[in-house]
Amino acid sequence: MINPTLSRRRLLAAGGAVVVGFAMPALTGRGGEAAAAPGTGMPAPDALDSWLAIGPDGRVTVFTDKVDLGMGVSTAFAQIAADELDVPVQSVSIVMGDTARTPDQGGVGGSTSIAVGAVPVRQAAAEARRVLVGLAADRLGVAADTLAVRDGVVYAPDDPTKSASYGDLIGGRRFNIAVTGSAPVKAPDQYKIVGTSVPRIDIPAKAAGAFTYIVDVRVPGMLHGRVIRPPVPGARLVSAGSAEGLPGVHRIVAKGNFVGVVADTEWHAVQAARNLKVTWSAPRVPWPAMADLYTAMWSMTPTTRRVMAQAGDVDGAMRGAARTIEARYAWPFQSHAMMGPSCAIADVSDRGATIWSSTQHPHQLQHGIADLLGLAPGAVHVIWVEGSGSYGRAGMDDAAGDAAILSQAVGRPVRVQWMRADETGWDPKGPPVVVSVRAGVDAQGNVLAWDYVARGFSGSGIPAAATTGGNMLAGQLVGLEARGFDVPTVVQENYAFPAKRKTGEIVPWPQDGSPLRTANLRAPSQPATTFGGESFVDEMAAALRIDPVDFRLRYLRNPRDAAVVRAAAQHAGWAPRPSPRPDISRLGVTTGRGFAYAPRGNTLIATIAEVEVNQATGQVHVTRLVLAHDCGLIINPDGLRGTIEANLIQSTSRALKEEVRFGPSGVASVDWATYPILRAPEAPDRIEVVLVNRPDLPPYGAGEPATVATAPAIANAIFDATGARLRTVPFTPERVKAALADRTWPAA
Amino acid sequence: MSSPAGASPAAAHPAAAAAAPSPAATIRLTVNGVVHTVQAAPGTPLLYVLRDDLALRGPRFGCGLGQCGACTVHLDGAAVRSCTIPVAAAAGRRITTLEGLGPAGRLHPVQQAFVDEQAMQCGYCVNGWIMTAAALLARTPNPSDAEVRSALAGLICRCGAHMRMLRAVRRAAQSRG
Repeated sequence: MINPTLSRRRLLAAGGAVVVGFAMPALTGRGGEAAAAPGTGMPAPDALDSWLAIGPDGRVTVFTDKVDLGMGVSTAFAQIAADELDVPVQSVSIVMGDTARTPDQGGVGGSTSIAVGAVPVRQAAAEARRVLVGLAADRLGVAADTLAVRDGVVYAPDDPTKSASYGDLIGGRRFNIAVTGSAPVKAPDQYKIVGTSVPRIDIPAKAAGAFTYIVDVRVPGMLHGRVIRPPVPGARLVSAGSAEGLPGVHRIVAKGNFVGVVADTEWHAVQAARNLKVTWSAPRVPWPAMADLYTAMWSMTPTTRRVMAQAGDVDGAMRGAARTIEARYAWPFQSHAMMGPSCAIADVSDRGATIWSSTQHPHQLQHGIADLLGLAPGAVHVIWVEGSGSYGRAGMDDAAGDAAILSQAVGRPVRVQWMRADETGWDPKGPPVVVSVRAGVDAQGNVLAWDYVARGFSGSGIPAAATTGGNMLAGQLVGLEARGFDVPTVVQENYAFPAKRKTGEIVPWPQDGSPLRTANLRAPSQPATTFGGESFVDEMAAALRIDPVDFRLRYLRNPRDAAVVRAAAQHAGWAPRPSPRPDISRLGVTTGRGFAYAPRGNTLIATIAEVEVNQATGQVHVTRLVLAHDCGLIINPDGLRGTIEANLIQSTSRALKEEVRFGPSGVASVDWATYPILRAPEAPDRIEVVLVNRPDLPPYGAGEPATVATAPAIANAIFDATGARLRTVPFTPERVKAALADRTWPAA
Repeated sequence: MSSPAGASPAAAHPAAAAAAPSPAATIRLTVNGVVHTVQAAPGTPLLYVLRDDLALRGPRFGCGLGQCGACTVHLDGAAVRSCTIPVAAAAGRRITTLEGLGPAGRLHPVQQAFVDEQAMQCGYCVNGWIMTAAALLARTPNPSDAEVRSALAGLICRCGAHMRMLRAVRRAAQSRG
């Protein structure tokens, strides 16, 4: 880069053409004062200029490390900044996830982008407004507290001749001050833009085919790469074959057990990867048979057992119980199965590396790529470009590692896009979880004790962010050590049972270089733990012949929990009665309703599913989903509804259809035929979302909470309809038929 | 390099596009009303030519297997999967992509309905839904809900924006009706 200030101005141009207009004056006037040096280092988080810039025409550019995964968070950021600054939302552009331009906010995960990530943006906008009003006061010769701001113009309400626009006051120049956190932010009752359904800023271009996704990035001199994976984990590369007879091939790259091809065109790279003769060793897979997975998980000795929460004397209460109830549940391997296979472009030279990626963790990937390539982190520049929607650690970072190795090998920019089998077959998988729950009740039907155990795999190898080379698949294949983590999983619930224990256990699982590596997939493991918990609550209510909503309300003491449960029930027209429904017909199509509730962090949801079960075929159709959702302050109601609806569809798909299949020759779920997901004819007839707005509370997360209670709501509805209990996901026709055959009759 | 639509000569029959690598040929394609001349092996899937040679962004790679629809284009008005059609088979036919679906500079009613309904999450798949729905409404202007769902059954949306996309198609049908 020629000059830090010039480069920042040039880079700003990408976020809005207007910004480039003041590049030269700014350079000549204040070039020597550039505090940060984009391109060589990360913008300082305490500098106001790291978070926002205002052009001569008043256009605002906001900089954030939080990136948009397709849920509209960029629009929400624009609303928050615009409201705090008193500018039209249309005048705000967002620059996301660039290690040279945006401060490190830890990347995206856990539905925290607005709850946590927007806090410094709001603060910087408030600070900027205070500075701008002060500048206007000086210029206009009036006291700052007599001025007001509308549409980016500071004015004196009692004197129409006195006004100055943000563009005039600061346009193109830096603030050069620290964000102190002392500027007052607006109270919720002052919001004009936050809380309204501003249309998403990205949608018009997406509908027109004019949007730039990561797959659209083209770099001059770019070659195309594809990767060839070992057939099973532990297979060693014997021979990588030759490029002879493969048109357009620039290089076959083999390094350890990593194999890739680089070709002049994308189609040549695809064909070369397909036709290259690669020989691997043939080890035995380190897995149990798929049919034995859950048995194997329960038979393994845990490496970690941790009591995650405890109240009262569980063992004593259990001994004194008149009756105990217990059940086990199982959740399978699931794939992110991103719509667009992962894609990255790497330009690695002796000057450093530039990586274009749809990673959820740009600053963390910067370190991972540096480690993978043997560069200093400062020599790596990661530029996030929006990709296909992602829901955690899918293949994006791994594809970046592939592109980096290939580009380093050939000394030219290389674009890698995974094929469908690379994505579905080799993405880090959402892990299986098995759950065991036991409850003790007294003679009057009161719950005395609740003992919950969730058992999952170590997360070794695939943390949420690729901070080391060994945390990328390519790194593992070239022999770098994976450094993982082990965090026991735990169910989130707020039931006030007198005695309660929640235990998380970890059993070992081979992770390195495996297509069954496990990683975060939307609301990591909570769909599984809530499936166990909320199915079991339903089983308790049924055993005690109590309405499932009434049963929950007996033990939910937090008013927000109770309110969200009541909101869903009221909207759905829930009529209290125990499950299963009376007068179940043993044949034909029957219907039922099921309830589930869950907190996720501070966000609370309650989900109701209504289903039709064809008892002859085992087919389940979800006719209606109702979800009540309390995530504190709502930034954009329509955007929130859209994300909730999509969570409900995706989680219905995971509940009814999704399970990664594997065997001695590897993972067999490699495309949409072998890993089917929900399609339009199977989508529910109706989805209804009840938003519980809490302007008195901060905004909590909303990207994934709505996903966590769908499976138990559906399982509970199947039970209500048929008296058959589904304790293993997905609820395939085979499993439903088996459960129907197993049901005790008459039900309950 | 441009000439009016429909001026392209008859191209090689698709059967001539063998699976084995074949030398590049000169192929003329009519895309969004503009004739382009490209150098490509006749068996190259149309998708790669549209994206990599003609720099179009609407059709996207999703599976390369014809299973998801992200690559959908119109070939003489019919929605087809450009990832499985050899480029040679598209020569001499009218190719329309998402970019060229609407009248010059304007959105097609289906595109507009997707904007109005905010009918997407990430939008990576949305090309397939819009192109398939537009082809459906061209032949069935007022489809029932079941007809819409059935016509869109071959598409994948991983984020799960189905409900809004179905609403958008109904809205487009009503706006045209």
